[in-house]
Amino acid sequence: MSAPAPSRRALLWARRRAAWGEFARTYAQNRAGLFGLAALAAAALTALCAPLFIDAGELAVTGGPGGRFEPPSGEFWLGTDAFGRSVLAMVLWGARISLTVGFLAAFVSVALGTVIGIIAGHFGGWPSDVLMRVTDWFLVLPSLVVAVALAAVLERSTLTIIVAIGVTAWPATARVVRAQTLSVEARPFIERARALGGGHLHVMKRHVLPNVMPVVLAQTTLLVAEAIVMESTLSFLGLGDPSTISWGGILQDARSAGAISSGIWWYMVPPGLAIALVALSFTLCGRALEGVFNPRLRERR
Amino acid sequence: MTRPATAAAAPPEEPGAPGPGTAPGGPSRAARVLRYLGGRLLTAAVSLLAVMVTSFFLFRILPGDPVRAMTEGREVSVEQLEELRAQFGLDKPLWQQFADYCVGLLRFDFGTSYQYRVPVAELIAERIGPTVLLAGTGTVVAALLGLVLGTRAAWRRGSAGDRATTAVALTLWSVPSFWLGLLLIVVLASGAGWLPGLFPTSGMSTPGVEGGFDSAVDVAHHMVLPVATMVAVVYAQYLLIMRSSVLDEMGADYLTTARAKGLRDSLVLRRHAVPNALLPTVTLIFLNLGRVMGGVILIETVFAWPGLGSLFYSGLRVPDLPLVQALFVLFASAVIIMNLLADLVYPLLDPRVRT
Amino acid sequence: MSTDDGARVPDGARAPDGPQGTGAEPLLRVEDLRVDYRTAGGRVPAVRGVSFTLEAGSKLGVAGESGCGKSTVALALLRLLPKSARVGGSVLLEGEDVTAMRWGRLRAVRWAGASIVFQGAMHALNAVRRVGDQIAEPMLLHGTVPPGRTGARVGELLESVGLPRWRARSYPHELSGGQRQRVMIAMALACEPRLIIADEPTTALDVMVQAQILRLIDDLVAGSGIGLVMISHDLSVLADTCDRLAVMYAGRVVEEGPAAEVVAAARHPYAAALSAAFPRVGDPGSRMAPRGLPGDPPDPAALPEGCSFRPRCAVAEERCAATDPDLWSAGDGGRRAACVKVLEEAV
Repeated sequence: MSAPAPSRRALLWARRRAAWGEFARTYAQNRAGLFGLAALAAAALTALCAPLFIDAGELAVTGGPGGRFEPPSGEFWLGTDAFGRSVLAMVLWGARISLTVGFLAAFVSVALGTVIGIIAGHFGGWPSDVLMRVTDWFLVLPSLVVAVALAAVLERSTLTIIVAIGVTAWPATARVVRAQTLSVEARPFIERARALGGGHLHVMKRHVLPNVMPVVLAQTTLLVAEAIVMESTLSFLGLGDPSTISWGGILQDARSAGAISSGIWWYMVPPGLAIALVALSFTLCGRALEGVFNPRLRERR
Repeated sequence: MTRPATAAAAPPEEPGAPGPGTAPGGPSRAARVLRYLGGRLLTAAVSLLAVMVTSFFLFRILPGDPVRAMTEGREVSVEQLEELRAQFGLDKPLWQQFADYCVGLLRFDFGTSYQYRVPVAELIAERIGPTVLLAGTGTVVAALLGLVLGTRAAWRRGSAGDRATTAVALTLWSVPSFWLGLLLIVVLASGAGWLPGLFPTSGMSTPGVEGGFDSAVDVAHHMVLPVATMVAVVYAQYLLIMRSSVLDEMGADYLTTARAKGLRDSLVLRRHAVPNALLPTVTLIFLNLGRVMGGVILIETVFAWPGLGSLFYSGLRVPDLPLVQALFVLFASAVIIMNLLADLVYPLLDPRVRT
Repeated sequence: MSTDDGARVPDGARAPDGPQGTGAEPLLRVEDLRVDYRTAGGRVPAVRGVSFTLEAGSKLGVAGESGCGKSTVALALLRLLPKSARVGGSVLLEGEDVTAMRWGRLRAVRWAGASIVFQGAMHALNAVRRVGDQIAEPMLLHGTVPPGRTGARVGELLESVGLPRWRARSYPHELSGGQRQRVMIAMALACEPRLIIADEPTTALDVMVQAQILRLIDDLVAGSGIGLVMISHDLSVLADTCDRLAVMYAGRVVEEGPAAEVVAAARHPYAAALSAAFPRVGDPGSRMAPRGLPGDPPDPAALPEGCSFRPRCAVAEERCAATDPDLWSAGDGGRRAACVKVLEEAV
């Protein structure tokens, strides 16, 4: 406490840098994790830069530059859809909505799960019991059925999809975070913080939350994968926003345009591959992160 | 080597045994078992009640007028709308609708479907068989596949086989089930390209095929692709869980004991490691049934399988509230009841929980 | 390495007359046993040339701190070490080399020829199977008892270790630590092996129970012709039970001899320190002057030059840094010790 502020901050930074270095080294040992990270970086870059090389006008139903169902060619690498739009351009553009929904939905559910998990772990007693009962109840509900029901009764929009996924996916996070909170609170520094007069909010915010963050980070990464698949599912069931282009939406269009029965594979295969690749990458990253934060998992690979 | 004298010298029971440690049975144990059962049943009952209430309010309070939705695109007069409302009981106050709904549920009366104009219970009775057949087959195959492959991967951890198994499982897990189904239809069923259509694209049976054996073969033929899709998407979860629980057991001392006894490795695995590793896995398989339900809806939709999932999908498009509501309750209760079963079965599997 | 070769010459010379008559061959003869573990930082030696013999019906104690390699020796006797371990030397069980056996033969020898009482019986028993089934398992496997008789045999075994017959139907968690250790002993006796290896059989038990278990082992082995190798960190436990003692340090035997003599008058400074660390009941001298040993055992990956005990040794000299002494003869009764001072006194 008596240490001068600047040196203390420098010390803190040095410690953080060392921790990051250690983290990066351990993560880099997981080759699947590196692959996932690279694929994700590519996907994110595509989503960000899509407007630079794709003319949004050509993605409108009326603005398709090619003919109906043209097979792949030099001009349209992945052919065209029923309205003469380039499938490649649509899949690249679809990354924007799919990634956005994936991230936001994961964020909503992880935020919800973290708050509930920390509260349940911190207070214990009957509030914890009640919260965990509610969590278990949500955990048991078939999440797709609930999400479908929510998306069906709410207005059709991207926001609805985010809410539907966010509301159904949080219980797993809450369980994990509660367990982690309990183990953090058993450590001596929490007792010290309490003895020094730290209130509940102080303990939860300054001590528990930072220690729970690694678990939460890994959980978020895994949830994004699930959210992306869920988004495509809801769009495929016709519950998405019809005015935007997402991977699930393209697949629904392909199915209703009869691409399956007429064997127009180039309309159907690319969006599905994109979903699988991005979801797989998030899963690989999540597992790699889990491995870094949980040495027991790392040892047994 | 039998020296009873020694036996007499040693006190037969040392204090401090964890658990009861005395004679098997006894009143305290029966009471504990009853309390455990009672607790589980109560929890399940409360969960079911919550599902009923949620289902009612979810579909009724949230925006959207079912009658308008039903008549969308048609010219209807205000009187006709009122008549429809009265027909479906939508003109009554909300609390009375809720009361009717609860009474109805207890009598398995879920109301009348808006789109089919027949009692929902009839529709469900008609469609439940195919769903149970599909979901049951899929779950059993996926669980067996996952358990066997997961065990093998863990036993040879770090090997090329382990890595390949895990990689394939993770990839299939990331694939959206409906897309995989569509792909299988294109490649194996629709006869496009170089492969002939090996399997039917949709439905559960070919019209006109009669007779016990022939129709059974026909249904099995129709089931291949939907079940394959379901297994592909679901088994990864079981595989990963089983792999990590076997790995958790791998370093355990009792496995060294088993090897020291002269058991060959395959027996050490089968008799000792797997029974221990199965316990956490079984619970998770039951917990995972919710995901299976979601998968069933998609797969039935893609393959036009005449089950509850495709019924749910068709109800969503209207929206056919009584139907969707009833199916929601049905799906959720199925999972709750399965979890209750898991809780009841678990103590039979794990002696540590039994006492 | 050259010193090892030198040490092996006499054995090689003796070898031809070994297998002549089976009567001449001891129950267990361990020759220059070496074990390294493969780790991320290269090979780490855990056992560095251990040799001993055990006659049928006699009891050998192996003592040492945790990490000295004594449990590795126990597991190496039946080739139970993990794949990352590399084993050298030979383990002759009734004249047959365990390290060179085919898998089928090895499995037949395991438990029927030599069984192990493991440390911490809680985890050494399978939690989800009844103890009776676990005791019966090796009998059925090796066919030592006809299948219809196993139940009765399990009952006899349980009674012989002081447990009632109905305990066969219990699960391990329903038993206390001492009871589980009794089950473990009953299991070890199931196939009437010629050799029993007891690896820390009394660790984690309270003192009263410890004494009962030791007496039980003692009674069961006495007069039965079974050979016993008992491994423990607790020298007083071994001194009461065993005929001979071997004290291990950093993967080697540093002192060996009749148990009472080693405990009362150790020749190697480490063995002396170890016996001083456990005050003997009724010995006021040791109670008044309890002695611990400063420092920790050496890291097997980075052993000190010369004698590996040198950094902790109270009487170390300059020359101890130059040589890592072998076991020298250090008195009557086959006493041997690995210390330069012993050699000096002998001369």
